[in-house]
Amino acid sequence: MINVDNVNKIFTQRDGNTFQALDNVDFSIKKGEFVSLLGPSGCGKSTVLNLIAGFDKSYEGHIKVNGAEVKEPGPDRVVVFQEHGLFPWLTVLENVAFGLKQKGIGKKERLELAREQIRTVHLSKFADRYPHELSGGMKQRAAIARALVMDPQILLMDEPFAALDEQTRLVLHQELEDIWLKTGKTILFITHNIREAVMLSDRVLVMSTRPGTIKKEFNVQAARPRDSADSLLHHVEKAIMECLADELEKVVKEEMGDDTYSLKKNSVFDRTFGGMGGGI
Amino acid sequence: MFLIVLLVAWEAAYRIIGWESWKFPSLFQTIESFYTGFAHGQLLEAIMNSLRRLLIAFAISISVGMLLGFMFAKWKAIDDTIGFVVIALQTVPSIAWLPFAIIWFGFNDKSVIFITALGATWTMAIATRTGIKNISPIYIRAAQTLGTGNGWKMFMQILIPGSFPHLITGVRVAWAFAWRALVAGELIANGAGLGQLLQDGRGLGDTALMLNVVIIIAVLGTISDHFCFKKLEDKLLIRYGLDK
Ligand SMILES: Nc1ncnc2c1ncn2[C@@H]1O[C@H](COP(=O)(O)OP(=O)(O)OP(=O)(O)O)[C@@H](O)[C@H]1O
Ligand SMILES: [Mg+2]
Repeated sequence: MINVDNVNKIFTQRDGNTFQALDNVDFSIKKGEFVSLLGPSGCGKSTVLNLIAGFDKSYEGHIKVNGAEVKEPGPDRVVVFQEHGLFPWLTVLENVAFGLKQKGIGKKERLELAREQIRTVHLSKFADRYPHELSGGMKQRAAIARALVMDPQILLMDEPFAALDEQTRLVLHQELEDIWLKTGKTILFITHNIREAVMLSDRVLVMSTRPGTIKKEFNVQAARPRDSADSLLHHVEKAIMECLADELEKVVKEEMGDDTYSLKKNSVFDRTFGGMGGGI
Repeated sequence: MFLIVLLVAWEAAYRIIGWESWKFPSLFQTIESFYTGFAHGQLLEAIMNSLRRLLIAFAISISVGMLLGFMFAKWKAIDDTIGFVVIALQTVPSIAWLPFAIIWFGFNDKSVIFITALGATWTMAIATRTGIKNISPIYIRAAQTLGTGNGWKMFMQILIPGSFPHLITGVRVAWAFAWRALVAGELIANGAGLGQLLQDGRGLGDTALMLNVVIIIAVLGTISDHFCFKKLEDKLLIRYGLDK
């Protein structure tokens, strides 16, 4: 379904220097699969997603969707952004119907379809509100509805729940899993939250940083719908945590500066693992 | 309330200082002249003529300005060349072009419309450019991924509404510029209108008429700005969630 084939991405910065964001990224996603891309901040997750979405065409290597090279953004691969990206001048209903309008679907039909989709994300009461009148979680739901209503084969989700509180996030996890089980869409889900990745995915691709590359891949063969108490999930979570401990150290070192960083690797590891969402 | 105090003070000052009416009219002379002016249709006709010119010029400057602004935002080469010139031109009061306009078009309507449109066009172009450039890239990307492409659909459904908060401010400023340029233009070039009426008043030593025109200009300007554009702007800002 999605084939990312030895992709290198080099940014030219404003000062003329180059920065290699992706180094030989190579993976593929099967039809109907739910795959997470996990990695520390700045490792190049969004860069990968933007390339697959078709927003950026300057890279080396090949990216194919359904066997055809990606040329431009399109409604077969709808993106859900971290910052929702709802149009502030349209109501929720109009936002959700926006993509259908571009397809040339008549007004009556598209509003009907949009309403139906809004119902599936439990926003019916808020259909006529403007985005700024919604809470963060509602906005994210509206954004998901706007993507789903297009009935795309592929959903590309860039940290869609990162800005939300823990409870809202848990609710949306369930809703997303539900929708995925019902529709069988192919989903590429980006996150830096280990638990989130493990809870939702069939497969987790762990990225390492500088330059960004896929470090390791974990299968999550737990039963659906997922149960957060499932010991298998905890097992995978722990394995990923260990895999990432080195990465974590690298990031902390880089962001804090070498001299101030003196924590031992193990203490960082323990603290993170004990913490709530297991974020990196 | 304040207005009444002002009017009383005006009449009182007139009597105490004892201006002669060829310098500055009294309150009652002004009201009387206002009444006869309207009764004879002279004032109304002038207002209509001025408004007609203004609207023509305004329509031209809004469309040309938006087109220019869009091109500046979209093509860097145009922005670096023509865009730069426009920013320079914006600093020139448009009345400064009137002598040229008179050479090109003569003492008539066209000259006035030309300079009225001129100042507003540059303002509008710059507002449009800023507006489009300030659209968050996430809206553009969201639209692309929903299938707008990069052409007409993107322009109409994202670029225009996305830049509306800037556009409406641009329209307001453009209107104010156009209004000023119009009166100045009419004072000098020919054609029935408010500016021309001012000139006539001077010729006749009719200060009451002159003051009337000034008041009308102020009232029309305030009404249009406050009740049209300001309202529209406030409404939009609320809708966009930008009012604070
Ligand atoms: N337009 C750009 N020009 C130069 N460098 C860029 C550009 N966009 C991204 N980068 C760099 O590429 C790297 C990867 O960025 P990217 O946005 O993909 O990270 P990310 O993994 O999505 O991080 P986060 O989890 O914080 O969103 C970063 O180091 C970033 O500084
Ligand atoms: Mg990112």
